[in-house]
Amino acid sequence: MEAEAAKFIGAGIACIGLAGAAIGVGSIFGNFLMGALRNPSASQSQFGNLIFGFAVTEALGIFSFLIALLLLFAV
Amino acid sequence: MADPTRVDPIHQFGITNVFSFGGEGGFALTNSALFMVVSVVVILGYLLLSTAGRRVVPTRAQVVSEMLYEFVANMVQGAAGKEGMKFFPFLFALFMFVLAANMFGMFPYFFAVTSHIIVTFALAMLVISIVIIYGFLRNGPKFLKLFVPAGVPGYVLPIVVPIEIVSFLSRPVSLSVRLFANILAGHITVKVFAGFIVSLGALGWLGFLGASLPLFMTIAITALELMIAALQAYVFAVLSAMYINDAIHPSH
Repeated sequence: MEAEAAKFIGAGIACIGLAGAAIGVGSIFGNFLMGALRNPSASQSQFGNLIFGFAVTEALGIFSFLIALLLLFAV
Repeated sequence: MADPTRVDPIHQFGITNVFSFGGEGGFALTNSALFMVVSVVVILGYLLLSTAGRRVVPTRAQVVSEMLYEFVANMVQGAAGKEGMKFFPFLFALFMFVLAANMFGMFPYFFAVTSHIIVTFALAMLVISIVIIYGFLRNGPKFLKLFVPAGVPGYVLPIVVPIEIVSFLSRPVSLSVRLFANILAGHITVKVFAGFIVSLGALGWLGFLGASLPLFMTIAITALELMIAALQAYVFAVLSAMYINDAIHPSH
């Protein structure tokens, strides 16, 4: 196999990691909504925690996206 | 890339000289540096002009400045407590710079400063250096308690301490890569969808009909990117405040 082709396949495989981040972010916002609808008065105070959890989860997906970009443009 | 309808999505991140003198090794102002200067000038100009009068009944511009101030002040107070307010000027400057740089990047043909990892990594290293230096200055060797969580039984410490150290070391990486990759990915996505409009429009009248789909998609993604630009500035500032909180209260 040509090295160029392997690069593209590798970049595609690296993007599978984004599925994990998608599940994680969905579960964070879903669970937040579930809790917020049960106790709407407390939801405002938890907004910071929501964003923090979202940012930490999203970063892991971004890492695999970064690997794909590195394979495409830097290797 | 010989096909003229094909758009190169990476081209927009290229660094070019806006003007230079002295030839090789002389002074050069790149587009990246230009937009950093523009961001700082716009922030300073807006904040100074809008609060110059300092009226009791504020003007509209002053209300916006006060809202920004209170927003960041509440955020720092919530994340780092009363003592963290010592770092409020730093965190406010950090938040405003990242916000302005992200927002300027959203204008067509403007350069997104935060889409370069060296810029975000420098900002993240600044935060982590402040955490380490202030942590040791304030707590002395007790700062190392950061790696030894309270209430953990002794026999799990050999596992927990390396994990804490690795998590601390990965902070500057994740902090910088998060901001950089979000902005980079957003700009590439907008560009790729904009490229679909061009290549569909080149097909004739049927292509014009089809091209409206990616056009609406581009508008929607631009709106999403505006939200992400503000959100990532907030996330960057909140995480910096949390890391500074670790320097103030190392035993958690």
